[in-house]
Amino acid sequence: MASLKQLATMPERLTGGHRLCSGCGESIIVRQILMGTNHPVVVANATGCLEVCTTMFPQTAWKVPWIHCAFENVAATISGVEAAYLALKAKGKFDRDVRFLAFGGDGGTYDIGFQALSGALERGHRMVYVCLNNEAYMNTGIQRSSATPKGTFTTTSPVGSARPGKREQRKDLTACVAAHNIPYVAQAIPGRWNDLVTKAQKAFDAEGPAFLNVLSPCPLGWRHDSSLSAQITRVAVDACIWPLYEVVDGEWRLNYAPRQKLPVEDYFRLQGRYQHLFAKGNEALLKEIQETVDKEWDKLLKKCGGQVWRERPAPKTAEATAQAAGAD
Amino acid sequence: MIALEGNLAVAEAMRQIEPDVVAAYPITPQTEIVQKFAEYVANGQVRTEFVAVESEHSAMSACVGAAASGVRAMTATSSQGMALMWEILYIASTMRLPIVMPLVNRALSGNINIHCDHSDSMGARDAGWIQLYVESSQEAYDTTIQAVRIAEDPDVLLPVMICLDGFILSHAVETMELLPDEAVKKFIGQYTPIQPLLDIDNPVTYGPIDPPDFYFEHKRSMMEAYPPAKQAIIRVGDEFGELTGRRYGLFEEYRLADAEFGLLVLGSTAGTAKEVVDVLREDGIPAGLLRLRCFRPFPNEEVAQAVSHLKSLAVADRSVSFGGFGGPVFNEVCSALYTAKKKIPVVNYIYGLGGREVREEHLASIYEDLAVVASNGRETDTVRLLGVRE
Repeated sequence: MASLKQLATMPERLTGGHRLCSGCGESIIVRQILMGTNHPVVVANATGCLEVCTTMFPQTAWKVPWIHCAFENVAATISGVEAAYLALKAKGKFDRDVRFLAFGGDGGTYDIGFQALSGALERGHRMVYVCLNNEAYMNTGIQRSSATPKGTFTTTSPVGSARPGKREQRKDLTACVAAHNIPYVAQAIPGRWNDLVTKAQKAFDAEGPAFLNVLSPCPLGWRHDSSLSAQITRVAVDACIWPLYEVVDGEWRLNYAPRQKLPVEDYFRLQGRYQHLFAKGNEALLKEIQETVDKEWDKLLKKCGGQVWRERPAPKTAEATAQAAGAD
Repeated sequence: MIALEGNLAVAEAMRQIEPDVVAAYPITPQTEIVQKFAEYVANGQVRTEFVAVESEHSAMSACVGAAASGVRAMTATSSQGMALMWEILYIASTMRLPIVMPLVNRALSGNINIHCDHSDSMGARDAGWIQLYVESSQEAYDTTIQAVRIAEDPDVLLPVMICLDGFILSHAVETMELLPDEAVKKFIGQYTPIQPLLDIDNPVTYGPIDPPDFYFEHKRSMMEAYPPAKQAIIRVGDEFGELTGRRYGLFEEYRLADAEFGLLVLGSTAGTAKEVVDVLREDGIPAGLLRLRCFRPFPNEEVAQAVSHLKSLAVADRSVSFGGFGGPVFNEVCSALYTAKKKIPVVNYIYGLGGREVREEHLASIYEDLAVVASNGRETDTVRLLGVRE
């Protein structure tokens, strides 16, 4: 892991001046991910806010090769790019060591792009797929997706006298992806840059598909102050709503456990999309959401061996011991 | 000479072309192409990255990714498979990617039907792809090879669809001539991409959002590629003719120059029609045929010129434009004639839907009708159905 100082000197591969909203998680996440490798990178982008806001013709914010094809097919598009790269390499026509990176929103990943993602994972393309998960279709105006948590207000799961926001549980996509038995899967947030950049490094180093599901705050859709974006994601982690974990070659590793688990209310109070949960009559729903979060957290703890993962120190060799003694 | 099914002839052409990337998915009646190609890969006969995708949508998406990266990319499909690719067909042509795709023509659902008609390719006629319809498996093989050159022509840079009739060509054994591998390699040459995605040091942005300020100009610049495409099809067809003795162009005229009654068809039906023309000619009936090979770009002036001397013309469509006035080929031909100020009576025959057989007697009946149409001097009952039960 590089220091923050070192990371700050890395060349910008997504330049400023793009049209993403102030406080949007996406550009923060993208820059942190791109800090995860020194290799040349080719980026493929699904249709969505990131694509729209960074490539308004005739301008582009990308200083790396970049391709957008359509909404549901970014995993297939990057498959083709990687296949072309392998073909050229096999014929000795290309000698650079390139990494392939795909970005999709939760709509493009959980919903419409799910099939293409699953296919690409099964085929084993060496790519890093990043889901910029802001838990709804924000580019089209805050519609519910299968990543939207239960009880959330969106424009297609509105709060009305008969319904208190989204009625269904969200899909556990990270676990779905892990079930493809790919080398590296992780959940992360932009509010913990060290964890995210480290995970990006591991993802780029994985010799096969890697998947990062990154919670991406959306001030517009979540209805929060844009200065709170990073903090909100940390509260999501401390409330165990968005746990930080990774699945490395099938091994589930918890990266962080809050000393004091926060109640879900602490996370919900920061966002306009949850204010209805505090209204009279929704007490049972709020309680149910807390119970579900608790249950999911317990399940995750079990999968991860009940505690936070610690990197095991490298086994001491006789030589290393001798060297250490000499140094003294 | 060798005896091969149409699908295997196409697969053989693909082996000789040896694209850098093939991304494909099985569908009847195309399946043999993809499985034969997978066999070539498995046996090390080609150095192709074969991406066995999970759908046709992903097949075309992967081809877009590969072609944008700067390599030769191919796929093959039929019917529903191409319907699923629909969205990406337009993106492939707009990005000016020279992807080559054999399309084994099959009727579109519903109802589900695996047999030949042209509803799949005709539905995609506005997608920006060059469409070449072949009469025989020999031509399917020849055209697949030519398609690489046409697509990659620097003045063209458009994807090409080789349309071959499902089962009638794809599964029928035909004797044909194949070129030696080296001859194919030499004919198609090396591919030099323009601004490939994998040019790491000169990064390009492919597929940006195109505001109203620019979208129209981009479509206009794309429209300008089709007249050169027509020339490229002729040029490559001529060059192929010099190599093999089999010359190809935008269309083929069969006993048309001195004909009075003409039939215009696409695809394998032309084989039957030629037979019918010969028989009628023996009886002194001045029948002729125009076998349209290139439907996109549509050779409007050339077609209008070629049929303008006829007393009457029948245009055969193997698909329906529901709610429209006649089939898509009929529409194009009528527009071409009208704007060329060639006023001849034209009728339309919808035929062969869902693999309905078209026999010599069916086609002979068209020529009988044409004599009546010519003597009436006017088109009554303009859109007719051929070979359908009441």
